[in-house]
Order: sequence, then C-alpha cells, then structure tokens
Amino acid sequence: MGLDIRIPLGVMFTLLGLLLTGFGFFSDPAIYQRSLGIDINLWWGLALLLFGAVMLGFGWRAAGGGTH
Amino acid sequence: MHPREIDWLIMAVYFVFVLGVGYALRRHVKTSTDYFLSGRSIPAWVAGLAFLSANLGAQEVIGMAASGAKYGMATSHFYWVGAVPAMVFLGVFMMPFYYGSQARSVPEYLKLRFDEKTRGLNAISFATMTVFSSGISMYAMGLLLNLLLGWDFDTSVWLSAAVVLIYILLGGLTSAIYNEVLQFFLIVFGFAPLVFLGLKDLGGWQGLTARLAHVATAQGFAPQAWSSTWSQMGDPGSNPMGVEWFGVAMGLGFVLSFGYWCTDFLVVQRAMAAHSMSAARRTPLIAAVPKMLFPFLVIVPGMIAIASTQHTGASGFVLPHKADGTLNYDLSIPMMLSHYFPHGMLGLGLTALLASFMSGMAGNVTAFNTVWTYDIYQAYINRGASDHHYLNMGRVATVFGIGLSVAAAYVANHFNNIMDMLQLLFAFVNAPLFATFLLGMFWKRATGHGAFAGLLSGTAAAALHHGVSLPRGSVPGIKGGWLALLHAYPSEMAQNFWTAIWAFTVCFVVTLAVSLITRPRAENELAGLVYSLTPRLRETDRAWYARPAVLGAGVLAATLLLNLIFW
Repeated sequence: MGLDIRIPLGVMFTLLGLLLTGFGFFSDPAIYQRSLGIDINLWWGLALLLFGAVMLGFGWRAAGGGTH
Repeated sequence: MHPREIDWLIMAVYFVFVLGVGYALRRHVKTSTDYFLSGRSIPAWVAGLAFLSANLGAQEVIGMAASGAKYGMATSHFYWVGAVPAMVFLGVFMMPFYYGSQARSVPEYLKLRFDEKTRGLNAISFATMTVFSSGISMYAMGLLLNLLLGWDFDTSVWLSAAVVLIYILLGGLTSAIYNEVLQFFLIVFGFAPLVFLGLKDLGGWQGLTARLAHVATAQGFAPQAWSSTWSQMGDPGSNPMGVEWFGVAMGLGFVLSFGYWCTDFLVVQRAMAAHSMSAARRTPLIAAVPKMLFPFLVIVPGMIAIASTQHTGASGFVLPHKADGTLNYDLSIPMMLSHYFPHGMLGLGLTALLASFMSGMAGNVTAFNTVWTYDIYQAYINRGASDHHYLNMGRVATVFGIGLSVAAAYVANHFNNIMDMLQLLFAFVNAPLFATFLLGMFWKRATGHGAFAGLLSGTAAAALHHGVSLPRGSVPGIKGGWLALLHAYPSEMAQNFWTAIWAFTVCFVVTLAVSLITRPRAENELAGLVYSLTPRLRETDRAWYARPAVLGAGVLAATLLLNLIFW
C-alpha cells in the first residue's frame, strides 16, 4: 500500500553492498584469516549489490508501468 | 569479538531504514483497517515472506541452531513435519473461511462461527500470551546483546522497545510486515555465508557427517543419529530427542503444528492483510517454500558448531560450557558469527539477529493491538464508537502492549520460574485449539457450547496429563508429575508431544458430544464459515500453476523429497 517495499529493500541492500565491498577492498587482508582466506566482505558485498539492484529494477519498472 | 566502526555502520543503516519505512508509511494510515490489517492491500509474496518471518524471531533462530547442535538433523522435523503441511492446509482449506468471512482476527472468526464466549476465551488468552511471549523474547535479547554488543540489559530492552514503538505507531501492521520482509532477506544474506564457510571448513557435507558420527557414537548413539531425520525414530532410546515416529507425526506434525500455524493470529494476520482471496491463500504457500529450506540456514550452523567442538584443533572452534558443565548450545550462532566472520560481515550477521529480535517483538505487538481493540475493547468495553476512535485505541494499545512487554522482560529477568509457569499454562491453553477450528470449519453441526466446553476440557486434559507424567530423570514440579506419577516419558519433548495429543483428543471428543446434545445454528447463518455450506472457490483467474491446490501439492512433494533425501 502506497510504498513499494522493493524500493527501500533495494536501496538498503545496495547501500549495505557498497559498504561491504568498499570495506573489503580497502581492509587489511589479515582479517580474512578467520573466513578461510576468502575476502568475504568483497564477494558477499557484490552479491548484496546485485540483489539490491535487481530489487530496485523491479520496483522502478512497477512504478514506471503505472505512468505509461 | 566486539563490533567496530564498520559493523556499527551496517547496523545503523538498518535502523535508519526501519524507521524511515515507518515514517514513509504514516500518511497511508487513515482507518482502523489500514492500521490493523494494512487496508487488506498487501501482495501475496510480501505477505508470504512476512508470514514466515513473523515466526522467525531471534529466539527461534538461536533455539533452532541450539537444537541442531543438541539433536542434529532431526531438528528439521520442526520444519518439514511441524510446519510445511500445516501451512499448506491453511492456504488450501482454511484461508477461504478466514478471509472469506471478512473476520478481522482469529477470535472474531470464532465469534462468527460459534459464539461470544468462545471468542472471549480465545481473545483474552491470546492477548495475554502475546504480551508475555514478547516480554520473554525481549529478555532473551537483553542477555544476548549484552554478550555480543556489550550493551547492558536496560539499554537493549529500552532501545529496541523504542524503535519498535515508533515504527508501529507510524505505520501499524504495514510497518511490521515491511520490516519482516527486510528481516527475511537479512537472515538469508547474513547466515548463508556462515553456513558456506562452516561447511567449507569441515570439508563439505561429507566432512560434517563424518564428524557428526563421532558426536553420536561418543554419546552412545548410532553414527547417523545426528545426520538423519527418520532412520533413528523407531525407538525413543535410539535418538537424542528421545521421541518416536508416532509422537513426531501425531504430536508435532498434527496437533502442535496445525494448532500453531492454522490458528495463531500472529501468523494468520499476515495472510488476512493480503489484497485478495487468492493472495491470502497463496500467502502461507509462498511462505512454505523458504520454510522448507530454512533448516539449512538455521539448523545446520548448530550441527557445524557441535561437529567442530567434538574435533577441537581442526578449526579451533569450541562451544563454551555453562556453569553446570553442560555445553551452552544457545551460543552456537553467536559463537559461529564471531568465529568465521571478519568485521563487516560480522555487522551484517548481527544486524540479521537484531532484525529478527525486533520483528519478532513487532509481530507480537501488532497481533496484540488488533485483538485488544477489536475483540476485547470493541466487543466488551466500548461497542459503538467511530472508526477513528478504534484507530486511536490501536495506537494506545501499541504503547501499553510494549509497556507490558518491557515489564514482562524485567519480571523474566528476576523470576525465571514465573515465566516458565506462564509458558506452560499457555501451552495448555493452545494445545486443544486446532480441534475446535477443525470441527468448526468442517462440521456444520458443531455448536458454540460444544466449542467452549471442548476448549476448557482440552486445556484441563493437558494440565492433567502434565500433572501425572514426567520426563525420565526429572524431579516432580514444573516439569510435570505434580499430581501423581503414572507415566515416565523418555524426554521432555516426548512428554510435550503427548500432552498435545491428549488435549486435542479430549477437546475433539467433548466438542463432538456436547454439540450433539445442544441446538445447532441455522444453516443459512453458517454460509461462508463452514466447508459444506460454502460455495467452492473457482480460481480461474490465475495460471494453473499458481492455483493454491497445485502450489500446495508441489510444496508437499518437495518436502517429502527432502525427508527422503535426509532420511
């Protein structure tokens, strides 16, 4: 009602994705020993970004569909 | 490992969005239906995810992982036997009456189908129960946040209460539902990498089962006891749960599960908020799809935790002990988070936990304010007021509902026993409920007097059964046996399942008997409320694969397959 949940969902996960990828890119590799040597922030941050973008895409398409 | 800047930042983003969503929704709340039922406007997938998340409070997340460590893969019975079939039944068979009768709550359906006293009994016990269970989960949260974030109990309780209060006051049920959707994705994205890292560390599923075999044999069970669901259920002595297949199938799979998923207003409210009958019916079916996969997200981490603990040295992960020397299973998830996640991901994992705490609380509060306003206030205190008056009462109820929960959290903090006793009492009240709904919806002859007498005697039967039985090795008291000791069960879980079976059976038989000797309602009054007097729904507006019966059958087939794979 009124607000399409996909928009806040998309924006929030895009933001979280940016934060994690950014941090993963610049952080000290030594902290990834606990995650078995995988820069989990970088990779999972990208996954969040992708999810956020897909949600935003759906949300915008639905909003645009109403005006056509 | 305490969080640092990046983790706090991630948690802050979540808080900003939760409050922001509430703020954005405030303009859309104009009537009491907007506030309590989201104006019946929610799309099926949103209602479905909310339906699932409303039940997925942090206590559930923490508790399921703890059971995964304690009992292994068989814990998925709580999902594959104890949830999915009941959710399918709700969507396919029961939703037409809940949604079609235009009842605004589960107690109100009882009023329409039976009578005022049956509604009153259900409304009052439900309202009390939700407030206290919200308090109990707030108490658990206070303890956990103290451990994970270093916040003290007061800060945790008051801060989360304030956040939930603000967003429910602003957006009502819609706020709660939207936050539940955010929480669903946070849990998925927060826990999936945890399971991935844990499994990778132990050498995949093979490595996990190999280590679990040691866990099982060390405790005197067959090697596959921790990694199978049914194969050790022939005898209660051969599995760590101490239950047998009949108790699981009847007690958990039928009575407890249908009693919760099909009659608890906390979850049913989400489906009632859907925008159409077809969306309402698909709500629990859509929820069932992630529900059947959730064991891999919430139970497997516990199994990983116990497997690593058994093999100290391999990865350096060990579950801590409690003061009494037993392993502290409740710490499975928190310990796993801080063991495998670097800063950054740690923030995401903690946010997922915070989100499930808050949305669990919000779910209780929205169910409470609706039942209070419609089924207690409007029914017994102030009958003919304006819609605007009831909307305001809903807001007032939100404030005192949260206030009572906070009070209950403090009571729980000081007198743990009182809370245990209350939970036991609620279990007695809930146990017979499904018999009442089953007869009400599918037998037109069932009467209000029958339902009321059935509920009371079912509750009495539950209490009586608890009073004369005891889990082996316990002392008489809160665990049972406070009247006499007639039967000893192999475990507390077995005792719970059988208490439920007794309560259901007695309620069923008494409702049947009393209904037969009391006067039934005229058939024309029951149209839309009882199966045989309601025209069949023809769902021709949707593609064949989106019809409830087809979706339901598909979900059941997939669940059956999971049971066979992990037999």
